[in-house]
Amino acid sequence: MEIIDTFFNVEVLLRTYPLMLKGLWITIKLGVVSIIAGLALGLVLALIRLYAAPPVQLLARIYIDVFRSLPLLVLLIIVYYALPFVGISMSSFWSAMVALTLVSGAYTAEIFRAGIQAIPKGQFEASQALGLGYRHMMVDVILPQAVKIVIPPLTNNSINVVKDTALASVVAMPDLLKQATQAQALAANPSPLILAAAIYVTILWPLVAAVSRMERRIGAGER
Amino acid sequence: MDGFVSIRNLQKFYGEFRALKGINLDIAEGEVICIVGPSGSGKSTLIRCINRLESFEDTSEIVVDGIPVMPGKSLAKVRAEVGMVFQSFNLFPHLTVRRNVMLAPSRVRGLSTTEATDRANFLLERVGISEQADKYPEHLSGGQQQRVAIARALAMEPRVMLFDEPTSALDPEMVGEVLDVMKDLAGTGVTMIVVTHEMGFARQVADRVIFMDGGEVIETGKPDEIFSNPKEPRTQNFLSAVLNH
Ligand SMILES: Nc1ncnc2c1ncn2[C@@H]1O[C@H](COP(=O)(O)OP(=O)(O)OP(=O)(O)O)[C@@H](O)[C@H]1O
Ligand SMILES: [Mg+2]
Repeated sequence: MEIIDTFFNVEVLLRTYPLMLKGLWITIKLGVVSIIAGLALGLVLALIRLYAAPPVQLLARIYIDVFRSLPLLVLLIIVYYALPFVGISMSSFWSAMVALTLVSGAYTAEIFRAGIQAIPKGQFEASQALGLGYRHMMVDVILPQAVKIVIPPLTNNSINVVKDTALASVVAMPDLLKQATQAQALAANPSPLILAAAIYVTILWPLVAAVSRMERRIGAGER
Repeated sequence: MDGFVSIRNLQKFYGEFRALKGINLDIAEGEVICIVGPSGSGKSTLIRCINRLESFEDTSEIVVDGIPVMPGKSLAKVRAEVGMVFQSFNLFPHLTVRRNVMLAPSRVRGLSTTEATDRANFLLERVGISEQADKYPEHLSGGQQQRVAIARALAMEPRVMLFDEPTSALDPEMVGEVLDVMKDLAGTGVTMIVVTHEMGFARQVADRVIFMDGGEVIETGKPDEIFSNPKEPRTQNFLSAVLNH
C-alpha cells in the first residue's frame, strides 16, 4: 500500500492532472511544429546535398554532420542563453523549437538522401528521356517513390523529436515534464512523474509499434 | 549536317577509357536503323548520347532535327522530340499504366487531363494493353510492361525513337509481341534507332544495319549486305558467332 500511495497517489493525481494536461498540450505543439519544420528543412538540405553546385553541397554536408554531432541539450542552452548576447532572444518555446528543428533537419536530410538514392537510376533516366524537367522529375516521379521508403525512418525520427521535447524543461518551458516536476514538488509526491512517463509511453507506443510493423513488412518484401 | 539525326566526331570518355572513338553518322528522317555489335562495343553509349543521357566531348556534335544536343534550353527540346525505350522498361511503379503514359504529355506538352487520357487510351489500345490501363506496372508481364514503355514514349509524339535492347530482358515467349509493336511503328514514318541482338528483326525491318566494335562503326549497309555479305573480318566473326549459336 505504501508503494501505491507513493507512486500512484490518486488524490495527488486528481489535484494535478489539469496542470499536466496543459503541459501535454505544449509538448504536442512543440513536437508537431518541430517535426514539420524539420521535415521541410531536411528535404531542402537533402536536395542541396545531392544536386547543388559542389561548394554548396559541401556546406550542406558540413551542416548535416555538425548538427548530428552536437548534443541537443547543448544546442538548446546556446540558443536560449547565449543568443540573447547577440541580440537574438526567443521565448523558451521558440528556442526549443529552433533547436529541435535544426537537429531534426540534419537527421531527416540524411533520411531523404538515402531514400532518393535508393530510387533506381532508370527512374531518373526515364524521366529525363521523356523530357520532364528537374522539378517535375522530383515531384512526380522520384519523391513519391522515395517517400514510401523514408516513412519508417522518418517516423522513428519523429518519435525522437517528441521525446527530445522533454529537454525543453531545462529552459523553463512548461511542457509535460516540467509540469510534472512542479506538481511533484508542490504535492511532495512523485505520482505526477509516473503519470508523465505513462503519458509519453501512451502517445509514442503506437508510433513505435507502427514502425516495427512497417519494417517487418518491408523485411518480408511486401509493398 | 546532312541527316535528320546527325552525329559528327562523337567521342565519349569514361575517365581515361575511350568508349566512343569519333563516330560519324547521318540518319534520314523515317529511317529505321539497327545497331549490332559485341558486348561493350559502345552501342548503348552511342544512343544514350543522342538524348544526352550521357554527356560527350565538346568537340563532338550531335544535331537532331536541326536542334543541337547541348545542355540548356535546346536539350529540353531535343528530349521532347526523342523518345527512348530501355532494356529494363523503367516504368514508374507508383503510377498506373495509364498515368505512366499521361505524365509527360501533361507536364511537358501541357495537355489537359482529358486530352492526356484520350491520348493514353489510344496508344494503349495501339500496343494492345488497353485492358490493363488501370493496373500498376508490377502486375504486368515483362512483354506488357515494355509495350507500355513504348506507348509512354510515343505519347510525346517523338520524331525519333531510341531502343536500347528492348527485348533482352524478356522471357523468350514475350519477345515476339514487343517486336511486333516495333514493326508496326517502323511503318509509321518515325525515325528509329534500335540497338538489338534480334538479327531476324534487323534483317526484316531495318533500312540500314550498323555494326560497331571497340567504340567505332566498323561497317554499315543494307541488312542484306551486312548479313549475307559482310566485308569486314570483325563483322564476319561477330555474325558467324551470333548466327550459329
Ligand atoms: N558508366 C560507365 N563507367 C565506365 N565505363 C563505362 C560506363 N558505361 C559503359 N562503360 C564502358 O563503355 C564501354 C561501352 O559500353 P556500352 O554499354 O555502350 O556497350 P554496349 O555495346 O551497349 O554493350 P552491351 O551489349 O553489353 O549492352 C564498355 O567497355 C563499358 O564497360
Ligand atoms: Mg548496351
